[in-house]
Amino acid sequence: MCLGIPGKVIKTFREHEVLMGKVDFSGIVKQVCLEHVPNVQPGQYVLVHVGFALSQIDENEAKLVFQFLDQMNQLDEIQPVDGPA
Amino acid sequence: MKFLDEYRDTDAAQKLADAIRRITTRPWVIMEVCGGQTHTIVKYGIDEILPRQIELVHGPGCPVCVTSLEMIDRAHAIASKPGVIFTSFGDMLRVPGSRGDLLQLKSHGADVRIVYSPLDAVNLAAANPDKQVVFFAIGFETTAPPNAMAVWLAKKRNLKNFSVLVSHVLVPPSMTAILQSKGNRVQGFLGPGHVCTVMGCGEYGPIAEHYKVPIVITGFEPVDMLEGVYMTVRQLEAGEAKVENQYARAVRPDGNEHSRKLIEEVFEICDRKWRGVGLIPKSGFKLRYEYRDHDAERLFEVEGIETEESTVCISGQVLRGLKKPHDCPAFGTSCTPASPLGATMVSSEGACAAYYAYGRHLESRKGSHAPAVSPELVQLEVKHRDPITAGSHS
Repeated sequence: MCLGIPGKVIKTFREHEVLMGKVDFSGIVKQVCLEHVPNVQPGQYVLVHVGFALSQIDENEAKLVFQFLDQMNQLDEIQPVDGPA
Repeated sequence: MKFLDEYRDTDAAQKLADAIRRITTRPWVIMEVCGGQTHTIVKYGIDEILPRQIELVHGPGCPVCVTSLEMIDRAHAIASKPGVIFTSFGDMLRVPGSRGDLLQLKSHGADVRIVYSPLDAVNLAAANPDKQVVFFAIGFETTAPPNAMAVWLAKKRNLKNFSVLVSHVLVPPSMTAILQSKGNRVQGFLGPGHVCTVMGCGEYGPIAEHYKVPIVITGFEPVDMLEGVYMTVRQLEAGEAKVENQYARAVRPDGNEHSRKLIEEVFEICDRKWRGVGLIPKSGFKLRYEYRDHDAERLFEVEGIETEESTVCISGQVLRGLKKPHDCPAFGTSCTPASPLGATMVSSEGACAAYYAYGRHLESRKGSHAPAVSPELVQLEVKHRDPITAGSHS
């Protein structure tokens, strides 16, 4: 959980007055809080810690970090878990 | 923006290893703080390509590992209560408490659920108004903003059935505690890159100055780490002790100001007990008084916790950098990821889990300090860059 996972913002929206978004992690789409990267736009990349984007990053950097984390088996965080229902 | 493949460059790795060898004239002990960095070191054999005089020791930067046994037992007690949905990151479920782990509790009927994010736990509370939803809020500074946001949002949404069991820990006080401890051998630090994306670098200057230790904020890719070691050794050999930022492509000096503001709004500094280390003053976050209605410790009074640690496990000494995982008689025998005795074998960021995953239980440091780059590094894509001459540091 200390290593952020890069993902591509697909869309942004507000929920309970908080900036949220759908983020694509190489095929796995998660809902992510974008409140602390307020200027991010769909198509741009963010570094996400446990469902929360802490910084915006470059597309190339994002892709390479993702590959590296995959190689390190450090992508468990985005695998499906118990649902919120 | 520099591209990451330049940091995964075998030539660059070999050049850095050579450069470190050239500037090293005497023994130095350097600690990497972040558990993710520990995994990179072990997987890519970074420690084995360094000159013999450089020893890397692994720090306490695994939040799952340092969550105190009392707090884990308290989590068990709360999760056992009827009407409670206990939520956590996946790693925490297999950490041994005094009487088993949360996964065993779940198998006995407790409603224990893994969530991807603390914000999912908030939504769970909204969807289950007749239940008390508790989230186990652990972590270093990287998880503090999402955990703070969950509490802030629950208060805003008036979700009185959402609370957090807070066991947040902070990196800089743990470095201070290590430097102050008897028998400390650490002479320089590779600082945690992603923690600094939140908090910035400002907290590390006073530590470097007071204890006369270089601190190099470092990324977690193999060449990042070699470059971090190079910059640290360069300072040590020159008798310098300052903060440098190897990971400038991700870390801004002031971190993320929005995150820092929210942390300040929701949390305040407190003393915190670390598993295997003990009480470290001002080393954690707790909820501010204004958010007390979401404090699980206050809402669920748990009495009579009597902790019982494994008598064999040496994870405390591993977390302080005093021992390596393979110094433990249980390592790889009675303690494995399938049957862990200590948290350092459970978490994906734990040093024992890293050593086990990459086969260090099968061999001692045979061939250590060999000058060749490890096979894992050789597999990486080769790109050109001379990291020694690249002027990218602040």
